[in-house]
Amino acid sequence: MDLLALAFYVLSAIAVLSALMVVSARNPVHSVLFLILTFFSSAGLFVLLGAEFLAMLLVVVYVGAVAVLFLFVVMMLDVDFSSLRQGFVRYLPFGAVVALILAIEMGLTAAAVAARGAKPLAAAPAGVSNTEQIGRVLYTDYFYYFQAAGLVLLVAMIGAIVLTLRHKPGVKRQDIAAQTARTEKSGMRVVTPATGQGIVE
Amino acid sequence: MTPSHMLQIAGPEVILALGALALLVFGAFRGDRSTGLVSALAGLVLLGAAAAAVAAPMGTLFHGAFVADQATAFAKVAMYLLSAVAIFLGERWLSRLKSSRFEYPVLILLSALGMGIMVSAGDLISLYIGVELQSLAAYVLCAFRRDDGKASEAALKYFVLGSLASGILLYGASLIYGFAGSTHFLEIARAGHGAAGTGVIFGVVFLACGLAFKVSAAPFHMWTPDVYEGAPTPVVAFIAAAPKLAALLVFARALLQGFPDAVDQWSQVLVAIAAISMAVGALAGLVQRNLKRLLAYSSILNIGYALMALSTGTALGLQAMFVFMVLYMIDVTGFFSALAALSRDGRPMEKIEDFAGLSQERPGLAIVITVLSLSLLGLPPLSGFWAKFYVFKAALASGHWQIAVFGLVASVPAAFYYLRIIKTMWFDPGAGRTDAPAPDAQAVAVASAVWALPLVLLGLAALDPLAQTAAKAFGLQ
Repeated sequence: MDLLALAFYVLSAIAVLSALMVVSARNPVHSVLFLILTFFSSAGLFVLLGAEFLAMLLVVVYVGAVAVLFLFVVMMLDVDFSSLRQGFVRYLPFGAVVALILAIEMGLTAAAVAARGAKPLAAAPAGVSNTEQIGRVLYTDYFYYFQAAGLVLLVAMIGAIVLTLRHKPGVKRQDIAAQTARTEKSGMRVVTPATGQGIVE
Repeated sequence: MTPSHMLQIAGPEVILALGALALLVFGAFRGDRSTGLVSALAGLVLLGAAAAAVAAPMGTLFHGAFVADQATAFAKVAMYLLSAVAIFLGERWLSRLKSSRFEYPVLILLSALGMGIMVSAGDLISLYIGVELQSLAAYVLCAFRRDDGKASEAALKYFVLGSLASGILLYGASLIYGFAGSTHFLEIARAGHGAAGTGVIFGVVFLACGLAFKVSAAPFHMWTPDVYEGAPTPVVAFIAAAPKLAALLVFARALLQGFPDAVDQWSQVLVAIAAISMAVGALAGLVQRNLKRLLAYSSILNIGYALMALSTGTALGLQAMFVFMVLYMIDVTGFFSALAALSRDGRPMEKIEDFAGLSQERPGLAIVITVLSLSLLGLPPLSGFWAKFYVFKAALASGHWQIAVFGLVASVPAAFYYLRIIKTMWFDPGAGRTDAPAPDAQAVAVASAVWALPLVLLGLAALDPLAQTAAKAFGLQ
């Protein structure tokens, strides 16, 4: 129990501190790296809660895809981050008010839940991990939504291709089948040029 | 329930999904040369799905997430047939502009699938997924001519505002889930039995705002004129018709099945939205010079009438909404086809001045546009008159006479802008030669004009009982 508490405090402290560093770091690349650290420590918190599947999802989706995409954007696009940072002090009071309201709301919600008590979770059947449980309902009760959501993603993919793919004529491409099918006969020609005349195509 | 029976209930959706995937793979291997073939096959898939919607057994699947009843069958047949028309129009139009690609029919198929999911949604999650599937495909279709600056602008506006509306819709859905404890419409109704709580009412209002955006009702109509103006004309013919019916039906199902005890509350919201839509559509249309923008305001006005029918919350109102939407969709598809058929020096004719003297130049199309304008205006005995007749009858029968009077008053300024089109075509001096009209778009326009005048009288005899059966599916008196 003590070890769990220790792990919780360490992970949440890292999460909060690195989240602060995300907004305060001067170098945008550092910001993204701190964001990745935040995701990792939140994944650790999910593991502590017994939600391994969510933890893995956070690592795979957010760290693996979203954060790397951010890094690409930061490094590839010419965004002037120092100009984006201008007016930080000017907007600070407004931001502080919004943050305060959010904090009060979260406090009220937490107090309400603590007073009324949260609804207990349905007990999982013994010997079934929560990943397996999600898999079971995803492919039975939620099968329809799952397939339909897949079609939505397919439309997004078709859309991206329709709107961006351009076939340029005259581009030289590697044809691996043609390369490997090359034989001595098709790739080489033996000529016997007349003396002093060279080879004429 | 056996798997084969489940597949039969979801037959139209299964056919559409598998058809779209197969055609996508086929097109990806064969390249853009196969566009004509892919379009023809996509049209067949849509016809097959419409047939399956008629033949499929009724029932619910996945604990009520997917509902198949008379209302969905009615709407699906109408939507799938109109989507097939959109494929036909768009494929010919794009190939004339040398920007034909095989993804166009595939995207229409997926959009039609999204509409099917929407009308069959018995649950907030499937509602959202259907709305997203339908709209994402529509955003891409609007930007289909990506080298056209106006089309890209229209698509970007549509996308950004549409995402915002989806966010509002989701916020409402999460509030409803939080206060009612379920995402399923019937469960929500059970949770709010007697009187719905304030939290749920809040959620309903947000949900209504999100869906009002999708049907382009004022005050959530800002995207409509820009998108209609910028997007390719056949695509506008598509998004102006079928998705509106899908959104209205899902609107009706969410409100009538999920919140039957809060009729008084959401009926007020709908009456307000309908009144604002009619006012905005009628007045802002007066100053438009671009015919596509004008039709955008006309669609806002007409959605006001449809919402007026829905706000009654009765079976009669639903029947009126179905009849109104089917007749309106045929009119508007024909109108945009006529616009797609006409061009001058290779450029589309969109300004009202471009139509000056069209009666000497292209008398056939001038008559078609005249008939469709008069029908949208609501002149008896054209189809638009019958559409409005049903709506006003339902509104009066349920005692909403104030909004009915407002609707009548709003159609007066609207009559001015429809009549101005007719006056420009028949009485103004000619604006020069036009190109030969595109035969395919002209055929669709003529067909819808023929429907609007003599055929509608026969069609109504069939449409009236069908819409009545569809409206009964909601179990209202």
